[in-house]
Amino acid sequence: MAYIQQFLFVIAVGVTGFLISKRVGLIRRAIQLGRAENRSDHPDERLKTMLLVAFGQKKMFANPLVAVMHFVIYAGFIIINLEVLEIILDGILGTHRLFAPVITPVYPFLINFFEVLALGVLIVCVVFLLRRFVTKVPRFQPERHEEMRPSWPRLDAALILTFEILLMTAFLTWNAADSILRDRGIGHYGELQGVVPDFVISQFLKPWFSGLSDGALMAYERFSWWFHILGILTFAVYVTYSKHLHIFLGFPNVYFSDLKPKGEMKNMPEVTKEVQLMLGLSPADAAEAPAEGDPVIGRFGAKDVDDLKWINLMNAYSCTECGRCTAACPANITGKKLSPRKIMMDTRDRLEDIQKGWKEHGADYKDEKSLLGDYITAEELNACTTCQACVQACPININPLDIILQLRRYRVMEESQAPASWNAMFSNIENNMAPWKFSPGDRFNWADQINEK
Amino acid sequence: MADMMAAGETPEILFWVGCAGSFDDRYKRVTIAFARILNHVGIKFAVLGPEETCTGDPARRAGNEFLFQMQAVANIQVLDGYSVKKIVTACPHCFNTLKNEYPALGGNYEVIHHSTYLQQLINEGRVKVEGGESFKGRRITYHDSCYLGRANKVYEAPRQVLAALDADLVEMKRSRANGLCCGAGGAQYFKEPEAGKKDVNVERIEEALGTGADTVAVACPFCMTMMSDGVKNKNQEDRVKVYDLAELIAKGQGL
Repeated sequence: MAYIQQFLFVIAVGVTGFLISKRVGLIRRAIQLGRAENRSDHPDERLKTMLLVAFGQKKMFANPLVAVMHFVIYAGFIIINLEVLEIILDGILGTHRLFAPVITPVYPFLINFFEVLALGVLIVCVVFLLRRFVTKVPRFQPERHEEMRPSWPRLDAALILTFEILLMTAFLTWNAADSILRDRGIGHYGELQGVVPDFVISQFLKPWFSGLSDGALMAYERFSWWFHILGILTFAVYVTYSKHLHIFLGFPNVYFSDLKPKGEMKNMPEVTKEVQLMLGLSPADAAEAPAEGDPVIGRFGAKDVDDLKWINLMNAYSCTECGRCTAACPANITGKKLSPRKIMMDTRDRLEDIQKGWKEHGADYKDEKSLLGDYITAEELNACTTCQACVQACPININPLDIILQLRRYRVMEESQAPASWNAMFSNIENNMAPWKFSPGDRFNWADQINEK
Repeated sequence: MADMMAAGETPEILFWVGCAGSFDDRYKRVTIAFARILNHVGIKFAVLGPEETCTGDPARRAGNEFLFQMQAVANIQVLDGYSVKKIVTACPHCFNTLKNEYPALGGNYEVIHHSTYLQQLINEGRVKVEGGESFKGRRITYHDSCYLGRANKVYEAPRQVLAALDADLVEMKRSRANGLCCGAGGAQYFKEPEAGKKDVNVERIEEALGTGADTVAVACPFCMTMMSDGVKNKNQEDRVKVYDLAELIAKGQGL
């Protein structure tokens, strides 16, 4: 019986590993569709930003109460995983609480700590479910936000929180059942009598199970152990299909985030060459054919995900759809169609659809759709004030504005689809050197009034 | 600038007036106020006059990179032609573009927004707010410009300038890094807003009026128009005024 369990366990871990690595490979390939951009400069500053923003969750503390609750789940996730190490080794080796005899003095302390965290995670998950579905925090509500209307984003959130609640319940009740079996001195459970005491939270759950027979207790102990570990393995696979991927990608996403001032828009060197040629300023090399190894000049701006930069695509996979960006967006607040969260979700959905195409039609398949037009509309792009509130609001430094601006560039430079009044502004700048139709010669007229009162 | 150059003089600063500061009737008053402060302090400054052209900011934000770079490259030629080192401007959009975006095209200058420059003059004791209108007991709220605040993290300088007025400075709930846009950025100023429930400037002015302030201080020509329109929209123009920092200081100095 024990060997069968070990065998099944190894298979479960193996299958999980296989599924995750396959999925990670696909996501990696999807992100690599993006254009190259160096984001490895200033490693010290990047590391510092990652420690503060990702590990320290600095930006979450804009709302301290929510930040503390999120921190409990986050700390629980990282720290309780130490216990998972023991569980996995027990599963493979067929042992029971492998570490207990080895690190006897600290073992109860560790498990107690995990239990407190587990209870904390459980409570916070319940609160988060209530916030989302009962008190209805506005940024999660489909009535107000188009991108929350499909069932998946809401189901995804509900599933993650329910999953966590079930896993934590399994962990705590497993400890309780195990403690009773240990008290009764049954089989290998009894061997740890005197080595492992009752634990700080699960001791209070013992009365629930004390009426059960030895057989029923052992059955529950095995059930909860298997439920907990299979739950974790399933969750690990599930995460790669979910908005919850931020638990891993949040870290590299912050590390590679933009260090420049938020107001700075990236220069387009391919345009600079043409402008210099037009103005007759061509530096020696610009007049010649592009040097070997120069990237092929594609489109101006972005029409689809492969015109964006890889970091934009990593941003999309890192987004956890919390909607802080959208809640801060002046266009969205005043009822315009633009939602920075939707920009990120659309970018990810586009990547996922491309992945589906690969699966169905082979690895080089490309459909006829594009991010601009089929996912994101001009009306959304045109509503942006470039105020950077979305960039500021994102707890993991996602930059929806960068995508918006690249799509705008394509609309204007490749499709000449600027709103008519923008075209008028462009021609004023070209002809009158100002966005309004004033005579350039009148620029200094204000000086006449300087001594008037 | 050309005249100074011809006379062999070197100005301390180049005052980049910007298109709004040159042509917009309301913002010309800010240009004049700032120039009067500079004259009063005795700072030798130059302007490019008819040689100044749009930095290209609205073109770039709208997506027209060609036009932006045409403007930028031409402006850099003029600025470099006069060996300009230090630029002060009253427009956060010009400020952001000159400071952050011209270097990639070879234009490297020390660029300062007029709020920071005024703060320096006040700290050095060269600008003293006396001899003019008193602001004691008046309620002023400051509206952060996105391209000054979030874009370049200039949050304190404008507030310190206002502190020199000895007025009662009240903050809106959404301020500093969380400040709400006036609705004009990203070339929105040059088009009608997209369909929605409300205009952004109305949302913002409601918040400003909610502080009970009688003066809304701004530091950007676009914010100036948007906030002034918001006040009119709420029929509060008799009670609430919108002023730029330089205007308030000039008033305080009786200039």
